[in-house]
Amino acid sequence: MTVQVNLRARAALLALTAATALAACSSSSSTNASAGGASASSASGGTYTLWDPYPQYNASSAWWKAVAACGTQAGVTIKHTAYDTTALTTQALLAGQQGKSPDILLVDNPVVSTLASAGILTTTAQNGLSTGSIAQNILGAGVIDGKTYGVPIGANTLALYYNPTILKAAGVNPASITSWATLTAALAKVKAIGKKGITFSGINTEEGSFQFLPWFWGAGANLTNLNSPQAVAALTLWTTWLKDGYAPNSVIQDTQTTSWQEFQTGDYAFGENGTWQKASAATMGAKVIPIPAENGGAAPVPTGGEFFTIPVQKDTSTYATSAKIVSCLSSGSSIVGTDNTLNYIAPTKAGQQAQVATDASLQSWVNAVGVAKARTGDNLGTKYPVISQQLWTAVQKAESGAATPAAALAAAQSAAQAGINK
Amino acid sequence: MTTDRSRARSAGRQRDGAARTAPSGARHARARWRAQAAAWGFLAPVVLYLAAFYAYPLYRNIDLSIRSYTLASFITGDAPFAGFANYISIFHSSTFAPALINTTIFVFVSIAFQFAIGLALAVFFYRSFPLSGTLRALFLIPWLLPLLVSASTWSWMLNSDSGIVNSFLQAVGAAPIDWLTSPRWSLVAVLIANIWIGIPFNLVIMYSGLQSIPADIFEAASIDGANGWQRFWRITFPLLRPVSAITLLLGFIYTLKVFDIIWIMTRGGPATASTTLAIWSYQLGFGSLLPDFSSAAAVGNVLIIIAVIFALVYIRARNRLETT
Repeated sequence: MTVQVNLRARAALLALTAATALAACSSSSSTNASAGGASASSASGGTYTLWDPYPQYNASSAWWKAVAACGTQAGVTIKHTAYDTTALTTQALLAGQQGKSPDILLVDNPVVSTLASAGILTTTAQNGLSTGSIAQNILGAGVIDGKTYGVPIGANTLALYYNPTILKAAGVNPASITSWATLTAALAKVKAIGKKGITFSGINTEEGSFQFLPWFWGAGANLTNLNSPQAVAALTLWTTWLKDGYAPNSVIQDTQTTSWQEFQTGDYAFGENGTWQKASAATMGAKVIPIPAENGGAAPVPTGGEFFTIPVQKDTSTYATSAKIVSCLSSGSSIVGTDNTLNYIAPTKAGQQAQVATDASLQSWVNAVGVAKARTGDNLGTKYPVISQQLWTAVQKAESGAATPAAALAAAQSAAQAGINK
Repeated sequence: MTTDRSRARSAGRQRDGAARTAPSGARHARARWRAQAAAWGFLAPVVLYLAAFYAYPLYRNIDLSIRSYTLASFITGDAPFAGFANYISIFHSSTFAPALINTTIFVFVSIAFQFAIGLALAVFFYRSFPLSGTLRALFLIPWLLPLLVSASTWSWMLNSDSGIVNSFLQAVGAAPIDWLTSPRWSLVAVLIANIWIGIPFNLVIMYSGLQSIPADIFEAASIDGANGWQRFWRITFPLLRPVSAITLLLGFIYTLKVFDIIWIMTRGGPATASTTLAIWSYQLGFGSLLPDFSSAAAVGNVLIIIAVIFALVYIRARNRLETT
C-alpha cells in the first residue's frame, strides 16, 4: 500500500516538476529571443538541469553560486534542484524511466553502480570527462567493470573523535590508542571515572553498515564472506562494548546525527563520526584519531561523498556542455572552494595540498581519506546494497541480543547469497 | 450501499416516468438520449478521477508484482512475466512470518485499546459537567499534532538512556527498559504510541454516536430501575453497534497501513522486531540502495487483500445486522 501510494505520489510530483520545468524552459527561451543579442549564448545553449542531494543549501549559498557561475562559463543557464539524499535515488530512477533525466546528476557514491547498472548513466568515454588526477581509491566507487561512470566532487570518511578533557581525567593518552585492545582498555578507564565510553550509529539503515565497516575491514573481513571469523570478531567487539556498558544501548537506533548529539553532551570519551562534523567538533574542543584496526594501525574506512554523473539523454550533443560544467565544478581551483563549502576532502593530490595549506587541521582527514575504500569497490557494484542490508540486520540482531554475532552473521551470509543469486 | 439503494430508487422513478410519457414517441427518445448523455457527462469527471488515481495505480502495482523487475528493466519497461514467483519468494522470506505476526499483534492490540478507551471516554463525556468541553478538546490534541511530531516526541520519551519514561521508572525504583532497542519491547513501544494517537478518533466517533441515542430511552430505563452498568450494557452498547462496527473497520484499515510512527520510532527494528508488512514493503522498495520494486509491490498487494477481506467481513456483518 505504502509503495503504491509512494509511487503514485512520486509519479504525480514528477509529472508536475517536469511540466513546470518545460514551462520554465519555453518561457525563458522566448524571453531570450526577444531580448536579442545580449543573451545569444543562452539561446544557443539553453537551460541545463542539475540535481543534487544538498537541500541544506539554497540559491544564496556559495555552492549554488559556483554552479551558476560554471553554467555561465559554459554559456548556459542551470536549473538547480536539491533533493533529500534517499529521495534522490528514487527520483533519478523514475526520471530515467520517463526519459527525463537531468543533464547533471550529483549522487551518493554507492548509488553510482546502481544507476549505472540500470543503464541511466553515461561512461566517461561517452561524455568525455577527464579522470586524470583523481585518487584511485576515491574514484573506485564510480568504476564498474573497467568503465568509469562519473567523477567525485570530494570525499569524506569516518574517524574517531575524542574528548581530550575526559581522556586526561581518565589518564588515557590518545596516541596510545592504536588497536582494539588499547581502545577497549581506554574505554574501561573512562568508565571507571564515571564517564561514558563511545557512541556510534548502529541503526538498521545504510548508515549502520557505513559505521560498522571500519571495524569489519579493520579485522580483515571481506564483504563477500560475512560469516568469516574476522567478521564475527568485529561484531563481537561492538556487542561486548554494549554488554559491558562502554557504549550506550541507544546506538541501536542512533543515526550519525543523534550519535553526534550524544557525543556533544560532553559525557562521552569517543564518538565515531565523519568529516562533516569537524566544524562542530572544533567548537567543543574535540580532537580526532584514525579508527584503529584490530591488530594495530589505521583501519580502512569507507568513503562517503557524491559523484558528478551525466545521465543518458536522447540528444547526445548535450554531453559536451554537461562535461564542461562538471569539469568546471570538479577541477582546478574551484574544487577546493566547493569542497571547503561542503566539508569534503578534495579528490586530487593538488586539491588536498591546497586545503591543508589553508587549514592544517585537515591533515588527519587527508590521511584518513588516503586509506579509505569505496563500499561498492572490489567489483561488488550492485551486490553491495544486498550485502549491506544483511550486514546491518546482523549488526542489529547482535546488538539487541536477539542472536549471537556468529549466528546473526551466518544468517546474513546465507540471506545475502540468496539475494545476489535471485 | 446507500448509493445502491438510491440508484435503485432513481431507476424506479425513471421507469415510472417512462410509463407516463410513453405516447410522445420520438421526441421522448431524443430527450431520453440527451438525459443519458448528460448523466454520463456528470459522471465523467468522477470516472476519470477514479481511473487515473485509483484504477491505474492499482493496475500498475499488480503489474509490478507479477513481473520480475530489475533496475535495468524498470527503466526500459520490458521486465519478464514472473507470475506468482515474487509472492512465493516473499512468503518464503525469513521476514514474512515476523512481519505478519507483528502486523496482527499491532492491529488487534491497537484497536482493542483504542476502542475500549475511546468508548469509555465517550461515555464519560456524555454527561456534561463544568469544563467538560475543554477537557474533551484536550483529548483531541494527539489527533491535531503532525505524526512526525508525536512519533519523535515518543521516541525521545522512550529513549533508553535519556528518556523521561526510564527516569521515572528509576525514580520509583523499577529497572529501566530498553523500549526501542530491545527485541522484546520495541513492538510494545510503538503500540503505546499508536494507541495514544488513535484514541481521539474513537472518542469523537463514539461520542457523536452516543448523541444520536434518544435520551428518553435512558430515562425510561432509569425509571425501570436500571443501574449505570446495566444501562451501558443493555442500551448504550447495543445501540452503538452500527457506529462501533464502522469505527472498528476504519480503525482496522488505518492501523494496517500505519507506517510513519513505526518508521520514525524504530525503523522496524531492532532487526525485524517491530517490522510490520507496511514497513517491510517500504524497506524492500525504498529502504536500501538497490530498490526491489516487484517484491515491495507484492507485499503491498498482500496488505490490500487483507484490508479487502476485512471490509467484506464488515459488509456481511452489517447486512446481517440490517436483516435482523
